[in-house]
Amino acid sequence: MVELLILMVLMIIGAIIAVELKDLLSSVIAVGAVGLALSIVFLQLKAPDVAITQLVVEILALIILIRATLKKDLPFSTTGRWLLNTVITICFIAIFFLVALRCFKDLPEFGYPIMRVSKTYIQEGLSRTGATNLVGSVILDFRAYDTLGEATILFTAVIGVLAVVRRIGRKKVGEKVEEEE
Amino acid sequence: MSHEHGKGMSLIVKTITRLTVGAIFLYGMYIVLHGHLTPGGGFAGGVIIALSFIHLMLAYGKEAAFKKLSRSAASVWESTGAIMFLTISLLGLTGGYFFLNFLHKGEPFHLFSAGIIPLCNIAISFKVGAGIFAIFVALVLVKFDTGKK
Repeated sequence: MVELLILMVLMIIGAIIAVELKDLLSSVIAVGAVGLALSIVFLQLKAPDVAITQLVVEILALIILIRATLKKDLPFSTTGRWLLNTVITICFIAIFFLVALRCFKDLPEFGYPIMRVSKTYIQEGLSRTGATNLVGSVILDFRAYDTLGEATILFTAVIGVLAVVRRIGRKKVGEKVEEEE
Repeated sequence: MSHEHGKGMSLIVKTITRLTVGAIFLYGMYIVLHGHLTPGGGFAGGVIIALSFIHLMLAYGKEAAFKKLSRSAASVWESTGAIMFLTISLLGLTGGYFFLNFLHKGEPFHLFSAGIIPLCNIAISFKVGAGIFAIFVALVLVKFDTGKK
């Protein structure tokens, strides 16, 4: 429990550093530190599947952030209505905090979840699917509809990104561009 | 980082990449194929496979990576994965319902066990790997012309 609190404090410090730094590269690296600490948290909570996924996705996101955002003249809006933005942010944080304060009372104690549906999965997962990785048996057998939805979301995301950023979609009026490979 | 002429990074990086990129790819395949036995699965393994191609692209430049997996090939692989996944789920209808585990369960802790779960893992890894590589290529190679106003 103590190491979880230490990691959580580390994550909060990393997130604050990432927001406050002016240098983009240092800020991206601070985000990476937050992701690494989150992966170790998952490992501490005995969820190696989620830890592996978090680690590889974090690496991918870091590479994309470094290569796709640095050294490009992206438009930044630094000036503006900072007072209004701060007031709105504080209001939303306060509302979320009040709602969370009421909701968290009804949650089961940390580390002792209420096992209603998942008890069946844990007891009969091996005999009914034959997969020794229970997470695999849940996401691809008991809850395969969810995986199908997730796959659809990823497919739609790829189609959307490829449609938005391809060269022919950003041409000026009357400009002729040829599609690249 | 000689990013200007697009030929990749220095000799040290290229040598290390030549030694490690195959191991990374094999590790991704291992994670996918053992997804029903050990932690991991189609999504994580697919991202690792995509990362091996991204590694190649960062070290050797985009031409070397496109020689291994071109943009159109990535689209084809992604669609193949999606269609494979849907086909496996629809084949369950032959035995009764959607996503039925219609294959033989096999013995636990063996590579060929658990019915359709390894096949679904492979399909998802195709989808995720090729899709994430396509997203990476699209986001990295896009050139915004906002600088010259």
